[in-house]
Amino acid sequence: MMTDLDQFRRDTRAWLEANCPPEMRQPVRSEKDACWGGRNPDFQPGQKEWMDAMASRGWTVPDWPTAYGGGGLSAAQTKILREEMAAIHARNPLNSFGISMLGPALLKYGNEEQKLEHLPKIARGEIRWCQGYSEPNAGSDLASLAASAEDAGDHYIVNGQKVWTSYADKADWIFCLVRTSKESKQGGISFVLFDMASEGVSTKPILLISGYSPFCETFMDNVKVPKANRVHAENKGWDVAKYLLGHEREMISGMGLGSTGGNPLIEGAIATIGLNDRGELADPLLRAHLALFDVRSKAFAAMSERFIDELKAGQAHPAQPSMMKYYGTELNKARHELVMAAGGSDALEWESRGSSGGAKARAWLRTKANSIEGGTSEVQLNIIAKRILELPGA
Amino acid sequence: MPLYLNDEQVMLRDTTKQFVAEHAPVSHLRALRDANDSTGFSRDLWKQFAEMGFTSILIGEDHGGLGLGHVEAGVVLEEIGRNLSPSPFLTTAVAAVEALKGTAHAERWFPGIVAGDTVAALAIDERAKHGDAIAMTAERSGNGFKLSGEKRFVTHAHVADLLIVAARTSGADVDDAGVTLFAVPKDADGLSHETERLADSSLAARSRFDRVEVDADAVIGEVDNGRVVLERLLAAGRTGASAEMLGVGGGAMDMTVAYMKERKQFGAPIGSFQALQHRAAHLYSEMEVARAAVLKAQQLLDADDARADEAVSVAKAMTGLAATLAVQEGIQMHGGIGMTDEYDIGFYMKRARVLAEMFGDSNFHADRLARKAGY
Ligand SMILES: Cc1cc2nc3c(=O)[nH]c(=O)nc-3n(C[C@H](O)[C@H](O)[C@H](O)COP(=O)(O)OP(=O)(O)OC[C@H]3O[C@@H](n4cnc5c(N)ncnc54)[C@H](O)[C@@H]3O)c2cc1C
Repeated sequence: MMTDLDQFRRDTRAWLEANCPPEMRQPVRSEKDACWGGRNPDFQPGQKEWMDAMASRGWTVPDWPTAYGGGGLSAAQTKILREEMAAIHARNPLNSFGISMLGPALLKYGNEEQKLEHLPKIARGEIRWCQGYSEPNAGSDLASLAASAEDAGDHYIVNGQKVWTSYADKADWIFCLVRTSKESKQGGISFVLFDMASEGVSTKPILLISGYSPFCETFMDNVKVPKANRVHAENKGWDVAKYLLGHEREMISGMGLGSTGGNPLIEGAIATIGLNDRGELADPLLRAHLALFDVRSKAFAAMSERFIDELKAGQAHPAQPSMMKYYGTELNKARHELVMAAGGSDALEWESRGSSGGAKARAWLRTKANSIEGGTSEVQLNIIAKRILELPGA
Repeated sequence: MPLYLNDEQVMLRDTTKQFVAEHAPVSHLRALRDANDSTGFSRDLWKQFAEMGFTSILIGEDHGGLGLGHVEAGVVLEEIGRNLSPSPFLTTAVAAVEALKGTAHAERWFPGIVAGDTVAALAIDERAKHGDAIAMTAERSGNGFKLSGEKRFVTHAHVADLLIVAARTSGADVDDAGVTLFAVPKDADGLSHETERLADSSLAARSRFDRVEVDADAVIGEVDNGRVVLERLLAAGRTGASAEMLGVGGGAMDMTVAYMKERKQFGAPIGSFQALQHRAAHLYSEMEVARAAVLKAQQLLDADDARADEAVSVAKAMTGLAATLAVQEGIQMHGGIGMTDEYDIGFYMKRARVLAEMFGDSNFHADRLARKAGY
């Protein structure tokens, strides 16, 4: 018997086959392979076609309501779409803090105007967002943030400095935490949105160990932010911030799954080290490390599937994203250590042609941030201990 | 199929949890051990398992069973693991049932299993480490075969009504072809068991086959093509052992977390120390990842999906790693009391080690995955 879902799978497969450009069915090699959209896009061949095709069906955000640019798919359909994309090694059509972070927060806490204004643009990749959370003196202890928003009638005047703002120099808008009251630490924070082109906003890139500068210091000097741009009630921004962080952690944990297409780690190891006459990797200790890593990595893939299924069914513990984030990022770091070990001196090349611009070494260095960004591993472990295991406070 | 238990499975879990905790808690194992019990488990409990329907979970409705799957069998195994309940459930109601399913032997043995009268043992290992090589011979003789050789780590052998034996009808040790599986009844001439108590106080035998004669109809499946049956048995056994280990690891973790909330040092519960909190949170993560791997393997086996084989090895390897961590952290965080026989955590350590070894340890399965992936 052919069910509706079987039919959906067939249609989806056929549509993807017809619409996913060949360039978008190859493993992601470097950071440049990610498509971010925005007002000043930097498209590689195939990226725009793929993003637009998916957006035309609402499939950049398949499970959002169609009224906000989504695909209106059920949990089961979304899963099928993901599976069919994975089957042809299709790349993610659009990378976006709007999709993975702000969108879910607006869906839950935004008012109708805010949803209609921002969500469809996120879905179509028109506006690129950045996240203004961290400050020089507010990292793990985020709620101690100081950037201030002063009440000026129908708008706020925002002053202060943010730091580690990823892609602030490339982003069009920012979702930002500001202090609207000093009375209470968590209870004095508001969540606001503003255009990065607003007067008084400036950014300065910070050079990273990978040689890239994806994140910035962001300065706000008497920036006028309309009150209509505040999401949720004044001084209630911490609720929004935490909810969004859950989604950020979920997104980051996906890194533990590795890239789509084949098993580049193993293929790389075989290419450099070779197989012995029993068909085993010629370095037995590396082989053992790779094999045990493979066990964890495949088990974690099952965990991710389970987590998404539980989430869609409303069965996941609210602190579960912390576990996913912790495990996925530690796993991803381990993966890249193995990539480097498997690649030997080839993987160390920084600017050679053959290494596509030092992609392996740079990616390896980039992953070291996975256990810091979005809340450090230590902070995730604190959350698991307190909220899931219910261990006592100090 | 979503990767969590459906409503009926949750119901089964809740009943099973209650039943096993009530009828076969850790004190039951301790009592059997202290009495130096020579059966290795309680016959009464086995009968009660049958009354609860547990023993017929994997048996089809045509044989009076429930016709359920590995997910449901796993629900029972997890509770067996959590309570360290000694039981022939894994070998009999899971591995043996899967091996005999769809063969002429089902008629003969399933009624006894459904009723909780029959116990089966698996004679498949020949060395201290589980492996693919099979040296034991089954020579053709008249209308049947003569089995010669020795098997090891045969749990429940001394009380089993039936032994499922893997032997070689042709070829060399490591050949895939030439293996045949036999259902050998307990009273076969020339069959003897040297029963030993293992670290977890369960009983396993070195079973000697001295020209044991069996009829042609003792063959399970096809002559020389027994790997098919053996693989089915192993897939079920490995998945089942993983589920049981999940229970052992989970039980140890729960005990430990509870202890962390109660034990005070330096004027505070030890569970308030961040060094311990982080290790507990890490352990929790490993256990959850293992849990997902097990459910994935169970679901794929039940769906007869080609990806099941890989998922089974992932589950067995991952639960081995996670349960080992759980029992090690368990003892460490209990401090001195964790080393005493009086306290239960040590029992968990012992059981986890036995299950980790059964049907191939984490290294065996990681190696197996690597081979299948071509490296
Ligand atoms: C690549 C990258 C991208 C980022 N992108 C953004 C972005 O777009 N927007 C944004 O707002 N922020 C961003 N961040 C910032 C990130 O969220 C912070 O770096 C992070 O929250 C940690 O804060 P911190 O760097 O101040 O470290 P600190 O909080 O100073 O921590 C230093 C060390 O102390 C440990 N520590 C701190 N408190 C505790 C505790 N209670 N218990 C145990 N250990 C503790 C930490 O785990 C860490 O090891 C990004 C960071 C990185 C690396």
